[in-house]
Amino acid sequence: MGNSRTILICSGKGGVGKTTLTANLGIALASSGASTAVLDADFGLRNLDLLLGLENRIIYTAQDVLDKNCRLDQALVRHKKEPNLALLPAGDPRMLDWMKPEDMKKISELLSEKFDYVLVDCPAGVEDGFKNALAACKEAIVVTNPELSAVRDADRVIGILNASDIDPIQLVINRVRPNMMASQEMLSIEDVRSILSLPLLGIVLEDEQVIISTNRGEPLTLTDSKSPAKKCYVNVSERLSGKDVPIIDPKNEGKRLRDKFIRLMQTKIF
Amino acid sequence: MMTLRDLLNKLLGRETASANTARERLQLVLAHDRVNMSSLTTDLLDKMRKEILDVVAKYVEIDFEEVAVSLETEDRMTALVANLPIKRTISGEIQLKQTEKDTKK
Repeated sequence: MGNSRTILICSGKGGVGKTTLTANLGIALASSGASTAVLDADFGLRNLDLLLGLENRIIYTAQDVLDKNCRLDQALVRHKKEPNLALLPAGDPRMLDWMKPEDMKKISELLSEKFDYVLVDCPAGVEDGFKNALAACKEAIVVTNPELSAVRDADRVIGILNASDIDPIQLVINRVRPNMMASQEMLSIEDVRSILSLPLLGIVLEDEQVIISTNRGEPLTLTDSKSPAKKCYVNVSERLSGKDVPIIDPKNEGKRLRDKFIRLMQTKIF
Repeated sequence: MMTLRDLLNKLLGRETASANTARERLQLVLAHDRVNMSSLTTDLLDKMRKEILDVVAKYVEIDFEEVAVSLETEDRMTALVANLPIKRTISGEIQLKQTEKDTKK
């Protein structure tokens, strides 16, 4: 497929929500009709299969495809509830010893022949695993949280991405708490965006439903939940696919009296 | 800039909101990280500062007390900013006026 998009999902720091974003974005894109592959490039600590609820259906992995033990379509795990989505699972951690950027490139080229979107779930850190995954992609989404350590690590990753041919590089700010931002006890969206100077693709609100859906192995975007995080994931996927929809503004999210009071306290007096 | 909340905090003698502190700390640490990444170490910066001053001091008399050479980062661009207040040129003020005339031509 000529205009297939291979997108790196990275963060530097671990635990900021790369894998959750990959799973939810993958399902959201697939359900909008685009054929989508998600590739777990985190060979050391793979988890994407678990978030998608596909852990019991893995037979072959990316390693078997590279070793020519199987064909690509044999290794791909199709999601039963969303057949437009397929997972290419990570091989075992020993792959880290011999994997080269060219190997990852080869896998992503195979995938981009068959899919509209290839989302690559990148390992944390800025070492070989990250650099291998980077070689396989043309675009990147940097995920961060409005916290010091996450933003700092994102900055290092952006430094490396800027020095490569990756373009565009877009930002997703995850685990946003509107109330804490309103009371200025959390870095604001604008703070993070301007410090990292990347175009903002979207934000994801902090939401307990994310944990619950992970427990069930069903990404939020697969459910008909009305949860705030699901709304955000769908928003990010629409914006990624070029739809002209506004970014969700955390200021408008709380509708209770307490939220209104917090907003009042935000009034600039001089 | 002050918000209603800041005012209330001030009146009650409470600490200011932590996001400001976070932003300031982050900007400092990132300025440092970004410079380190481009492998410009403090030692090199010191050496460069001395050499710049030596060169400039050949032509003008600098107020050494007020000299500031630092790295500033904005929008992912790091700039070397040198503030070197000039007391006078070595051969006196007359020459300075001449060069001013020259540039006007």
